[in-house]
Amino acid sequence: MAKITFITSANETITLEGTEGSVMALAVENGVRGIDGDCGGVCSCATCHVHVAPDDMDKTGVASEIESDMLELDDNADEYSRLCCQLEISDALDGVVLTVAK
Amino acid sequence: MSDNLTNPKICVVIGASHAGVNFAFALRREGWQGEIILFDSDLELPYHRPPLSKTYLTSDDGIEKNLLKSAESYQRDNISLRLGITVADIDREKKNIVLGDGSLQAYDKLVIATGARPIIPAILGVATAKNLFPLRTASDVSSIRDCMKSGAIKKVVVIGGGYIGLETAASLRKLGADVTVLEREERILSRVTAPEMSVFFQQLHAQHQVDVLTSKNVISIESHNEYNEVICADDTLYRADMIIVGVGIHVNKEIAEKAGLTIQNGIKVDASARTSDEHIYAIGDCTFHHNLHYNRFIRLESVQNAVDQAKVAAAALCNKKPVYDAIPWFWSDQYDVKLQMVGLSQGYNQVLVRRDSENDKSFSVWYFKDAILLAVDAINNAKAYVYGTKFIKGRQKVDQSKLVDLSVEFKPANLLSE
Repeated sequence: MAKITFITSANETITLEGTEGSVMALAVENGVRGIDGDCGGVCSCATCHVHVAPDDMDKTGVASEIESDMLELDDNADEYSRLCCQLEISDALDGVVLTVAK
Repeated sequence: MSDNLTNPKICVVIGASHAGVNFAFALRREGWQGEIILFDSDLELPYHRPPLSKTYLTSDDGIEKNLLKSAESYQRDNISLRLGITVADIDREKKNIVLGDGSLQAYDKLVIATGARPIIPAILGVATAKNLFPLRTASDVSSIRDCMKSGAIKKVVVIGGGYIGLETAASLRKLGADVTVLEREERILSRVTAPEMSVFFQQLHAQHQVDVLTSKNVISIESHNEYNEVICADDTLYRADMIIVGVGIHVNKEIAEKAGLTIQNGIKVDASARTSDEHIYAIGDCTFHHNLHYNRFIRLESVQNAVDQAKVAAAALCNKKPVYDAIPWFWSDQYDVKLQMVGLSQGYNQVLVRRDSENDKSFSVWYFKDAILLAVDAINNAKAYVYGTKFIKGRQKVDQSKLVDLSVEFKPANLLSE
């Protein structure tokens, strides 16, 4: 079980609880604005871009090679960027704060 | 506030797959206050289709692991999902649709998202063939999986060397079947990619002991007690305990056609996804639509187009003035290869291949018409896909000699013409 907080571009804060699956699926399921997940979670579309709170980077880790390449599609990507379809929910993610990319 | 938002109306959607479902949620998000009713003949809760021929086929997952949205999501957004129901007719005059049981459903706005269905070619013996399946629906996959689990399937013939056929071949190989792909054309993927790509995929399948045979025009299927024989025009024959048919699709345009909407290679729509009837929109695989970037009318079988047209139609219904302007993109996963494609390559007169890594399974194919970059196919190379997307979108001019010069580091700034 992990509590995950999303901050949307409208500055809305949404905290969701998840036990399995990807963070993208959790966000889509709960209608978090700005997380579309058009490709269904196979790292092909870059429509689930989030910025991880710097302090939480040790929980999420950094993007994989293909993921960082895909992140280049978005000019707003930075060192805290992740595609959240690649973040698998587990206890380790409890408490992370993710800002949905603009 | 606009009329559609303050004066609740009924929006009816025919077809609840990627286009229809994304549309319904987008419409609610745009502020539509009225009813939203989605119809589909499929009994399953709407699901992701791309995994069907890939990870879903090789898994034991139920479709609930693969849903576009959960049942609760529809409730939360007050979207009525009416499954297992066919729509027989559209009465444009009275503004209602006629359901399979003869009952009527009124609409103020109608969205046709009927998609497409697999072609089952009129090959002699196709109707009596044993274990013959297309692959378009979750139910198709269930049948294929059940067959595989029965233990009776040793040899599989896949008719058609397009993406569906090749992905299914890879998945069935993974499940242990002995797979042969029969392609009618001289090379696989001939309609959509350059010869370099056809060669790569043919070799990839060969490395996994899947025979991909070209110039094989299947003319008949003879079924015997336990198996079929697939017979080609060149008199070769292939034994098959199961046959997968992946030879393309028919657009589900019949109800639109009967209703008198303009049809041209699909249901013709404008830049806001509207048909020739101002109250009826069409989205997804069933549409013949204008692509702004390539400045021509096209029909696409893709998730990207379904989702993007869904967003455009939803905005249009809420009186915004959206214009569909998307660069098409696609993907395919076979074995350990991730193929990502962006753009439309039709009309190319030059193909350049960039291969940076020692790994022969990572490279990119760039399609040009003279100096203009039309499309990129990237094999295990997301960078190339991303750069290609940016260059195409920005109509940037790629320096072709630098592109193929491996001494030039693969970075956007290095690849563009001065």
